[in-house]
Amino acid sequence: MDFVIELLVSALIVIGGAFALVGSIGLVKLPSLMTRLHAPTKATTVGVGGALIASMLYFTRADGALSIHELLITLFLFLTAPVTAHFITKSYLHLHPDVARELPPASGDCGWSTYNAVPADDAETESDRRPHE
Amino acid sequence: MAAKMDQRSLMRRWLPHPLLSAVLILLWMLLLDSFTAGGLLVGTVLSLVISAVTSNFWPARPPLRSWRRALAFMLLVLWDVVVANVLVARLILFRPSSALRSRWITIPLSLTSPEAITVLAGTITMTPGTVSGDVAADGRSLLVHCLDAPDAEAAVRDITTRYQSRLMEIFS
Repeated sequence: MDFVIELLVSALIVIGGAFALVGSIGLVKLPSLMTRLHAPTKATTVGVGGALIASMLYFTRADGALSIHELLITLFLFLTAPVTAHFITKSYLHLHPDVARELPPASGDCGWSTYNAVPADDAETESDRRPHE
Repeated sequence: MAAKMDQRSLMRRWLPHPLLSAVLILLWMLLLDSFTAGGLLVGTVLSLVISAVTSNFWPARPPLRSWRRALAFMLLVLWDVVVANVLVARLILFRPSSALRSRWITIPLSLTSPEAITVLAGTITMTPGTVSGDVAADGRSLLVHCLDAPDAEAAVRDITTRYQSRLMEIFS
């Protein structure tokens, strides 16, 4: 039984480490900022996830009590990774105004919020544009 | 009647988001990783204070129609995250960078509540080869960057049918 768990823990650590490595290789190899952004937001989630599941298994076995606070790290990672990626994209759009010409048009006619302001007649209703109030 | 109204506004003032408070208590107990009465007390006080102080950021309670569907959606996203990792790892390792067909695409939104749009944008960022970058000024479309999308229309269709339609059923 111990052997099986040890095997599982080692496999998870190796798999997680491999994905983290691929994420880092992506950072070096990919050609532009926007493509590089894909590497750390994804290839690392399984990297960190593998290490966390390994930790849960190991400490559950070692202490004899279920260890689940590693799940919190996963949760926080899932909450923060998209926000970080979004901020980096926004600052990229701000720093490279020339990209604006390559962007596809928004479906409405008032453009993307990084470059264009909310239309004046919409601005007032913005806060109460909630159908379920 | 008046007393009842008072009670309700008092409730709204001190416990504006019961669900948020419950989640905060749960998070706090998980962080402690052991159950003590003192820990539970501190967690309860914290959750009440935090949800009352931040209630201005959340004017409405997000309407959640189906818990079962929300859970199914989370499992789907978790699975997609694992698939996304393998796909992106393969692109990084075996595709020369010059052969990547990366592009921007526009996702028309049929979701209207800010919470639902946030969940969709987060999901897009965590799943195969896509990062959500910007929202339209009128809030009716999302700007998404694809790492490798030979067919822009297929990518838009994928996201709309796979995630947006499910979110439409969860947040109505």
